[in-house]
Amino acid sequence: MLKIKDLNVSINGKQILKNFNIEVNKGEVHAIMGPNGSGKSTLAAVIAGRDIFTVDSGEILYNGKDLLDMPPDLRAREGVFLGFQYPVEIPGVSMVNFMRTAINEKRKHFGLEPLTGAEFLKLMEEKKKVVDIQAKLTNRSVNEGFSGGEKKKNEIFQMAMLEPKLAILDETDSGLDIDALKVVANGVNALKKPDNATVVITHYQRLLDYIVPDFVHVLYEGRIVKSGTKELALELEEKGYEWIKNEVK
Amino acid sequence: MKELLIDLYNKNSELINNGSPLFVKELREKALEVFKQNGLPNTKTENWRQSDIQSRLEHEFAFNFVNQSKSLDVVDIFTCDVYDLDTFSVTMLNGWFVYQNAPITQLPDGTIIGSLSKAMEVYPEIIEKYLGKAADINKTGVTALNTAFMQDGLFVHVPDNVEVEKPIQIINIVDLKENTFLQPRHLIVVGKNSKLTVVHCDHSLVHNISFSNTVAEIFLEENSKYEHYKVQNMGKNSSLLTNLFIKQKEGSSLVTNALTLNGAFTKNYVDVGINGKNCNSELYGLYLVDSAQHVDNQVFVDHAEAESTSNQLYKGILDDESRAVFSGKVMVRKDSQKTQAYQNNKNILLTDDAKVFTQPHLEIYADDVKCSHGATVGQLDPNAMFYLHSRGLCEKTARQLLMYAFASEVVNAISIPALKESIDNMVQKRLRGELSICDQCLLHCNDRESPVFDIDLNKI
Ligand SMILES: Nc1ncnc2c1ncn2[C@@H]1O[C@H](COP(=O)(O)OP(=O)(O)OP(=O)(O)O)[C@@H](O)[C@H]1O
Ligand SMILES: [Mg+2]
Repeated sequence: MLKIKDLNVSINGKQILKNFNIEVNKGEVHAIMGPNGSGKSTLAAVIAGRDIFTVDSGEILYNGKDLLDMPPDLRAREGVFLGFQYPVEIPGVSMVNFMRTAINEKRKHFGLEPLTGAEFLKLMEEKKKVVDIQAKLTNRSVNEGFSGGEKKKNEIFQMAMLEPKLAILDETDSGLDIDALKVVANGVNALKKPDNATVVITHYQRLLDYIVPDFVHVLYEGRIVKSGTKELALELEEKGYEWIKNEVK
Repeated sequence: MKELLIDLYNKNSELINNGSPLFVKELREKALEVFKQNGLPNTKTENWRQSDIQSRLEHEFAFNFVNQSKSLDVVDIFTCDVYDLDTFSVTMLNGWFVYQNAPITQLPDGTIIGSLSKAMEVYPEIIEKYLGKAADINKTGVTALNTAFMQDGLFVHVPDNVEVEKPIQIINIVDLKENTFLQPRHLIVVGKNSKLTVVHCDHSLVHNISFSNTVAEIFLEENSKYEHYKVQNMGKNSSLLTNLFIKQKEGSSLVTNALTLNGAFTKNYVDVGINGKNCNSELYGLYLVDSAQHVDNQVFVDHAEAESTSNQLYKGILDDESRAVFSGKVMVRKDSQKTQAYQNNKNILLTDDAKVFTQPHLEIYADDVKCSHGATVGQLDPNAMFYLHSRGLCEKTARQLLMYAFASEVVNAISIPALKESIDNMVQKRLRGELSICDQCLLHCNDRESPVFDIDLNKI
């Protein structure tokens, strides 16, 4: 589903991803861990199509298509979803209007009729349950005035609405209390299907108790320096990154 | 132009003063003298530097000193976009009040609504008490000019303790085959503890050159509440000056909102005199301009008494080589303690050629006050754009959504739900490039070339 080959990415002349490689197949869950500043969010943003980063070389294939050739909105309509580490507040744009537009643009892309107001509201009520959102979203602007945890829940709510094929969740667990962490993790698991894939970026092994990964990768200084199964996360928790850093040297 | 106007007055003074009480004639002539002294503002005049009216006056204009449209059924020629509101609606055609049923109507609650020209004859004692008392002829040349030539406009008098339920909607239409110079004059008095809302729509139906210099005087008695909405949707050859003078007495509250959706040249001046404690003044503006459109909002709030609050919020989106000017001045006088005054002007420029001149300004002589001012000029937030893209919204949709979000802060300040919805629709239409002045025109004018006033979304 996702194949990244020898990817080199820089910003303002500073290289961040260095010959980065990964392959994610349908049905898999991958976890990416790594110290602050190692390039995790950069990777996520480049996959989603953020244009402030420069792709110097390499390729990203998504279901065989060249993702780098597609504008970010097209990637999204084709099923790529980024759960933001820092979700953006957009005052004046209501959650309802935002989601309805997003859903209908996606439907249009696949030649489907737009949802009626009633259909949409029904869908929204249904998907709110996935992450246990009680609040009425009707009068709320996108992320405005949401607490840190609510913003993260809102990301998974949007994922539930859009039903992506490839979801990249950038530190969706940070800022969540223990109960919310479970709710969010259960939400992600509930959205799991045999033909989609999830990449979770996290600092904490605890999340992986709930969202159990098939593979764990350690990103350090812009490249994957170690890959393994979920036991690798436990080992990291125990030994810290010094261990990896020493191994790399 | 100045000499020409003075000459015009002298030649037509019989017509202009026909039927007016003596004090009105005296006021006109006093104003003419002031105009002789001061003339029209030019680009060296304070607050007019960026807005050149002289060049907009370099045309031959027709003046209408006689009402030719007394009883026309306006619905036949025009429906305003905010028309289906449940309002008491009056129409001004080419500067003259249209007598739909009668020149003056008195509502069961005692409110008088009608033609100012007629009111001068019927209610001279009310007119004398207020006319010219807020609009200081020494302040600007255009106010003196309007005062010299004023003949007709809307007159509203709300007695004490009356809440006028329906908003009064005044539709100002320019529809003449010649280039037209108009000087409407409105007078509105809201009695103690009374409440009134006025919606003022400006339209041009033809693409001839028109120059409209409006003065409105509004008097808010103790504890009255008044809201004034201006919706401007003018043609590509129209110049519109509106001068709103408001005098507030103790405990009164004021809302003004100027929504400029189209217009070649627009200058809105709002002058608020706060002459009592516990007044509240909320002044809003929204301008959405493109091509070579020019919009200027000038605000002056004079906190002449203590313990009042004023708040200004003006927002604009500019495309192409359009221009916007904002100059907001707040004066807090020496004894006006515990004043709160806020000013904010925010702009989004969609092109490198669009320009904003913004100058919020506070002049404070009291020491126990809370005041702030700010201005921003920027583009749409790239982080928000990316967030929307990442959910599948295309470039055009994402931009429209953000522009609408930016504008909605001003639209949301509209307190009447029906009006808010109607303006909201107009703003959305405008942002999609679908609002044209010809849409509503039922006239079959020859000059039906459709003006293209759409904000080009691809240039952000
Ligand atoms: N917009 C930017 N401008 C300049 N440098 C940037 C920008 N974005 C990221 N970087 C740099 O790129 C490097 C990688 O950042 P990135 O956000 O990808 O790290 P991360 O692994 O997600 O870290 P964290 O765990 O703290 O979220 C850092 O050194 C960061 O300073
Ligand atoms: Mg990060």
